[in-house]
Amino acid sequence: MPNKPPIVEIKNLYKSYRRGNQTIPVLQDINLDIAEGEFLALMGPSGSGKSTLLNLIAGIDKADSGMIKVVDVDINSLSETDLARWRSGNVGFVFQFYNLIPVLTAFENVELPLLLTGLSRKEKREHVETALKIVNLSDRMEHYPGQLSGGQQQRVAIARAIVTDPTIIVADEPTGDLDRVSAEDILELMERLVHELCKTIIMVTHDPRAAKKAHIIKQLDKGVLNANPQTYI
Amino acid sequence: MQILKLIFRNAFRHKLRTFLTVAGISIAILSFGLLRTVISAWYVGVEASAANRLVTRNSISIIFPLPLSYKDKVRQIDGVKTVSYGNWFGGIYIDEKNFFANFAVEPESYLELYPEYVLQPDQKAAFLRDRKAFFAGRKLAERYNWKLGDTVILKGTIFPGDWDFVLRAIYKGRDKNIDETQFIFHWDYLNESLKKTVPRRADQVGFYMIGVKNPVHAAEVSAAIDRTFKNSLAETLTETEKAFQLGFISMSEAIVIAIQMVSFVVIIIIMAVAANTMAMTARERFGEYAVLKTLGFGGPYIIGLIFGESLFITSIGCILGIVLTFPAAHAFGSAMSQFFPVFNVSVKTIYLEIGSSVIVGITAAIIPSYRAVTLRIADGLRRIG
Repeated sequence: MPNKPPIVEIKNLYKSYRRGNQTIPVLQDINLDIAEGEFLALMGPSGSGKSTLLNLIAGIDKADSGMIKVVDVDINSLSETDLARWRSGNVGFVFQFYNLIPVLTAFENVELPLLLTGLSRKEKREHVETALKIVNLSDRMEHYPGQLSGGQQQRVAIARAIVTDPTIIVADEPTGDLDRVSAEDILELMERLVHELCKTIIMVTHDPRAAKKAHIIKQLDKGVLNANPQTYI
Repeated sequence: MQILKLIFRNAFRHKLRTFLTVAGISIAILSFGLLRTVISAWYVGVEASAANRLVTRNSISIIFPLPLSYKDKVRQIDGVKTVSYGNWFGGIYIDEKNFFANFAVEPESYLELYPEYVLQPDQKAAFLRDRKAFFAGRKLAERYNWKLGDTVILKGTIFPGDWDFVLRAIYKGRDKNIDETQFIFHWDYLNESLKKTVPRRADQVGFYMIGVKNPVHAAEVSAAIDRTFKNSLAETLTETEKAFQLGFISMSEAIVIAIQMVSFVVIIIIMAVAANTMAMTARERFGEYAVLKTLGFGGPYIIGLIFGESLFITSIGCILGIVLTFPAAHAFGSAMSQFFPVFNVSVKTIYLEIGSSVIVGITAAIIPSYRAVTLRIADGLRRIG
């Protein structure tokens, strides 16, 4: 793993928020490389800036300064429109509260990111069916989110995240709203994505059990990345 | 899909809210349609006016008569084709509440000038033969269940006494905008009676109706008629039939303007209701819009969702409102037939209803769309949970 070139390169990243006249630093001088096929967990107390860092890597927020390269694209320099296009092809998202569209079936939710591609109807169907098969939900395709358990909804969300075969998958507290058994299922599924499909996953979590599944754990504290990562694999 | 499927399903996520909004829009469109139809009914006389007809009256006021002797002088004026004349009779049938227009006219020239009143030839001949005859519109005859040959007595108000008439013909309008509630009888019958009872009021007419050879020259003919009687004891004022009708409407212009304003206020109110619905809807879905944006969907897609839903809801309300306008107008028109002899929902009213709905739908979606599009993804995602 360490020999692989980084798929995500972060150099001297700074991010702050303004509250009235005050500028509140959130991330300070972040430097981080993530290799392809790596499963990285970002940990830290609330307000440490881990979700902000995840948002910056995923291209849904912009840094004040510094560089974030994902497969050689400096995403901090992209316009909003280019960034949206880049996200649709390169990033899969898994959220704490699943964020499925309640009026769409599992199949339609997974199909959603494919609407922005030029795939034919048949190809889209094949992609969606494959994604749902990977997450073991082939028999729940026509169910609406409200008819699924929390764990099943999160698996649909993971299917949605992988259906476009993205470069990276970002997961913000993916087990935060699940019971222990369901959380374990989701973490096993994420491990499978890394081992079997060679996906790169960056996960924010509070849960040490979840973090143990990752190859690398990075600690953030008050916007500063801990210099000594814990590596499990 | 998919945007259409999403719009459709989103529209029915809160069934009660959507139902109430649709009901509100339907009622507003129905009210708007009825009010516009009232305004159209007000102008029905103007709409039915012919470009080749002029009306000449006393220049001081229509309540002052003109001498019958003007008839031959008018006929000699260049450009005049037909001259007819008449009086507003103002008779009451049994009770004052039974109002309908009743005129004494010179029958042959009148029917020549007004071909839109369609009489069967045998009935027309019977009417022309009998000096005490009258002809009535189909709706008026139906209202009082009059049959051919029935004697009808009107109590004169301008011309005192009880006047009996025999129904000899029933006319139908050539098209649906023609008033079918008029009561027309022989001017000679009125004049001969006046000669016996009030001779000083005989041989005078309330107005002349003049047919011109070419409508293009209506202004010149009008001026020529008025010039002919300038400096006489009864100077004339001649105008097109349309201008004459508009003159009557101008007397009640304030009412028409008030109705127009109310009709637009109804639309503004429903615009606020629809905007509130869309604002609530969008606010609840900011998290979903953030997710869509995260997945790479741009502003146009989000705008399409919000505008689509707004227009979908207003369209349902609009269709229901338009469908309901017809039976409501029929019921209203029947109940108010004495005041609005012609009460038809016009094509223009339907277009106005559709246009209003589209404006409501678009306006209601503008602010929610702006807020959704300018929403920062991170802020939107924070709203979930």
